[in-house]
Amino acid sequence: MLDLTYDTPKPKRIAGAKHDWELVIGMEVHAQVSSNAKLFSGASTKFGAEPNSNVAFVDAAMPGMLPVINEYCVEQAVRTGLGLKAEINLKSAFDRKNYFYPDLPQGYQISQLYEPIVGEGEVLVEMGDGTARLVRVERIHMEQDAGKSIHDMDPNMSFVDLNRTGVCLMEIVSRPDIRGPEEAAAYLTKLRQILRYLGTCNGDMQSGAMRADVNVSICRPGDYERYEETQDFSHLGTRCEIKNMNSMRFIQQAIEVEARRQIAIVEGGGTVDQETRLYDPDKQETRSMRSKEEAHDYRYFPDPDLLPLEIEQDWVDNIAASLPELPDAKKARFVRDFGLSDYDASVLTADLDSAGYFEDVAQGRDGKMAANWVINELFGRLKKDEKDIANSPVSPAQLGGVIDLIASDAISGKIAKDLFEIVYTEGGDPAAIVEDRGMKQVTDTGAIEAAVDEIIAANPDQVAKAQQNPKLAGWFVGQVMKATGGKANPKAVNQLVAKKLNG
Amino acid sequence: MSDLNKLGLAEARDALRARETSSKELTNACLAAIDGAGALNAFVHHTPEKALEQAAQADARLKDADAPAMCGLPIGIKDLFCTKDVPSQAGSRILEGFLPQYESTVSQNLFDAGAVMLGKLNMDEFAMGSSNETSVYGNAVNPWRRGNDAAQLTPGGSSGGSAAAVAADLCLAATGTDTGGSIRQPAAFTGITGIKPTYGRCSRWGIVAFASSLDQAGPMTKSVRDAAIMLEAMCGHDPKDSTSADLAVPDFEAALTGDVRGKKIGIPKEYRMDGMPEEIETLWQDGIAMMRDAGAEIVDISLPHTKYALPAYYVIAPAEASSNLARYDGVRYGHRAKLDQGDGITEMYEKTRAEGFGPEVQRRVMIGTYVLSAGFYDAYYNRARKVRTLIKKDFEDVFAQGIDSILTPATPSAAFGLGEMADADPVQMYLNDVFTVTVNLAGLPGIAVPTGQDRQGLPLGLQLIGRPWEEADLLSSAYALEQAAGFVAKADKWW
Repeated sequence: MLDLTYDTPKPKRIAGAKHDWELVIGMEVHAQVSSNAKLFSGASTKFGAEPNSNVAFVDAAMPGMLPVINEYCVEQAVRTGLGLKAEINLKSAFDRKNYFYPDLPQGYQISQLYEPIVGEGEVLVEMGDGTARLVRVERIHMEQDAGKSIHDMDPNMSFVDLNRTGVCLMEIVSRPDIRGPEEAAAYLTKLRQILRYLGTCNGDMQSGAMRADVNVSICRPGDYERYEETQDFSHLGTRCEIKNMNSMRFIQQAIEVEARRQIAIVEGGGTVDQETRLYDPDKQETRSMRSKEEAHDYRYFPDPDLLPLEIEQDWVDNIAASLPELPDAKKARFVRDFGLSDYDASVLTADLDSAGYFEDVAQGRDGKMAANWVINELFGRLKKDEKDIANSPVSPAQLGGVIDLIASDAISGKIAKDLFEIVYTEGGDPAAIVEDRGMKQVTDTGAIEAAVDEIIAANPDQVAKAQQNPKLAGWFVGQVMKATGGKANPKAVNQLVAKKLNG
Repeated sequence: MSDLNKLGLAEARDALRARETSSKELTNACLAAIDGAGALNAFVHHTPEKALEQAAQADARLKDADAPAMCGLPIGIKDLFCTKDVPSQAGSRILEGFLPQYESTVSQNLFDAGAVMLGKLNMDEFAMGSSNETSVYGNAVNPWRRGNDAAQLTPGGSSGGSAAAVAADLCLAATGTDTGGSIRQPAAFTGITGIKPTYGRCSRWGIVAFASSLDQAGPMTKSVRDAAIMLEAMCGHDPKDSTSADLAVPDFEAALTGDVRGKKIGIPKEYRMDGMPEEIETLWQDGIAMMRDAGAEIVDISLPHTKYALPAYYVIAPAEASSNLARYDGVRYGHRAKLDQGDGITEMYEKTRAEGFGPEVQRRVMIGTYVLSAGFYDAYYNRARKVRTLIKKDFEDVFAQGIDSILTPATPSAAFGLGEMADADPVQMYLNDVFTVTVNLAGLPGIAVPTGQDRQGLPLGLQLIGRPWEEADLLSSAYALEQAAGFVAKADKWW
């Protein structure tokens, strides 16, 4: 495999009143594992069911009920780890994180604090300008999601929906390697892309299937390099964690706002308190979530209901062998095999449906041309209709047919666009449509010559002007194309017009 | 046949199969005995309809000669087991009104084996206690008395209701659970047999959790043979409990040879406690002599970390309990406190748990919360886990030396008077578990067998501790001890 190479992006700098500042960002991404059943129960994970309909006894923490691990969730976590080129821990263990909340029936969340299933991995985050940041993943652990408290249905009561309780989440924890708001969004985008390729999380941020806690701190230029050298966090500022973000746009805003808040504090001679904050997009500010008196002591300890989770290397190897081609590899292959630009390859590999569609179109055809048609014509047209590639009215075979007609000079590029529109709206076989509707390009130079002669003869004034200014030859080309219903081969028309005008 | 309720499981089984009686007759005899034993406060939820229905089914199976191991045998179930549609409160106010919609694996196994359920048995609240006095139902009472002294004695705890019911012949046998001695101590206090199997032998699914890494269910019976029969019916692999062992269950009864010739019985010197009553020492020496006479080799052994067991236990068990009991919050089931105007969720938690949990449970939740909290975790919880590993290793070392089982007293005293410990330091009560907690910490099987009586006529028991998963061998050694001791005394009926 050919590895694409990138320069390292420059960290974002913010000018404070006194100094320049840099940002240091680490993210904890909660990704809901795609699985039919919950992490420790057989209850369904289906989104949007009637409240409290997907609840097993253990999810409701009925007395004496015990968790039993869902092997498929473990497989999904391992698959995710492998997809992030991470170390898989053959032995991991579950811990209880204790706190009281009505949507947490057990009074504790089963998580993996001390021995996570996945260790060190990495995510290559391309910034789209020829630079890319390699963000290290510290760990991935499995944990239970909580339920949902509903406070706005009754003036005096709160309601609890336990459908989500116990659904398996992966918490993907990055190192503080992200250096700006754009990088944070790009990291999340890339992570989402990889998980969707792997089929381990649907990445739907709106339904909460993917959400992020963002740790932000500030430092003076040069300090980060000192941290990198020594791995000593004291070179960095105190971090604040912005909780529960599920919009790319708000993540970027929140980071910027939070960094400016910290800069103002530090430049004003104060110190930043390490704390958890929430972003308010309406007011564009972050707010402290709880005071120190309410600080949680989660009293983590190993869950005695679950034995340590031990998996076999063979099992991991089998999962590794079944991994799909991942975005980096696919993109590199597109660049190499189809001669695409980095940008086009990125666009086409953004999701599996687009990549698959493109490959079908490009098969046995000119890759660049296929990429142009998929990206510019098809994506553009789909966007206009707010459709996605999976629901494209034009199949890869149809689009390939249009491209073939161009390649064989049967139609011109301009006609091809008309043809595409017909195929898009009416369907049908492109070759047959061209035949039936007489859209075929006229390459018979005799016919074209006659048309050229006719136009020249009818427009002596224009001829005189064009002979003075060769740029006006285009007008004759346009007239000839018009007269031939656009079917004349433009190259032939150009040549003939030039020849005739210059006598 | 008369006095059918006085039969043990084996005798009753044989009588049923010989068609000398019926399950209906047995069940009615027990129901009558229960009705006449209100003063013992052993049964706290009565299920006569269910019992008679199960008895009728059992009789039909017996008639068809399709009778499983416990077919038609009436038993009591400790209140800690969730039983479908039958109140299951774990002896606590906080589970008031709770009706499980599921059956615990152990009780289901017993029903599948044909057992008949008479009702639910009293216990210390959430199995936390050694005297039955922490029960929301008020304590059960020991059928035994000190000679003619009418003072009421504790049946022990936490399975005190089970012990009292079996000792008073209200049922043929009962289930118990044992986290630090809760089967063995009450068995010893009431002159019956109780075995805590190896951790993982019985499924914990459907048993209200106290300390998950220590809790095990086991039978409380009138003889070692009965314990073998009932344990076999109770245990087995359960995929619903991740800590349940996927091991075949041997035929425990068939293994009861009572032949201990050549077996090495270890006598741990650390179990000779300062201030231990002379009667306990004598009982132990008598037991040693009996095993020697039966052909066993007596070996002095050392379990050097024994003295740290009780403190470690009283860190680990409350730690797990503080987390296990967090679910009792008044949100979904059980007791919820009445709230005042303006009260929020925090007040609901505080008032519900303050009303729902008794003082001993609150104390342990507080201890557990403390030992797990930031800054104390390493000093308490982690250290206790290390001690636990050392205690386990102590046992592994002596078993590696060829020791087959270990003989110790079951309790440091005979049954004490109810209320006697009311003003004592809680640690005094915790000392009841001094001989039994090591077994839970190490996950080993342990059995209490009645082998003698004190000067006032109260029963006393010895404990045999076995190798992991070798309950068959342990039961056989206990059978030898039982045969040699020939303990047949029963409490005089005063209730």
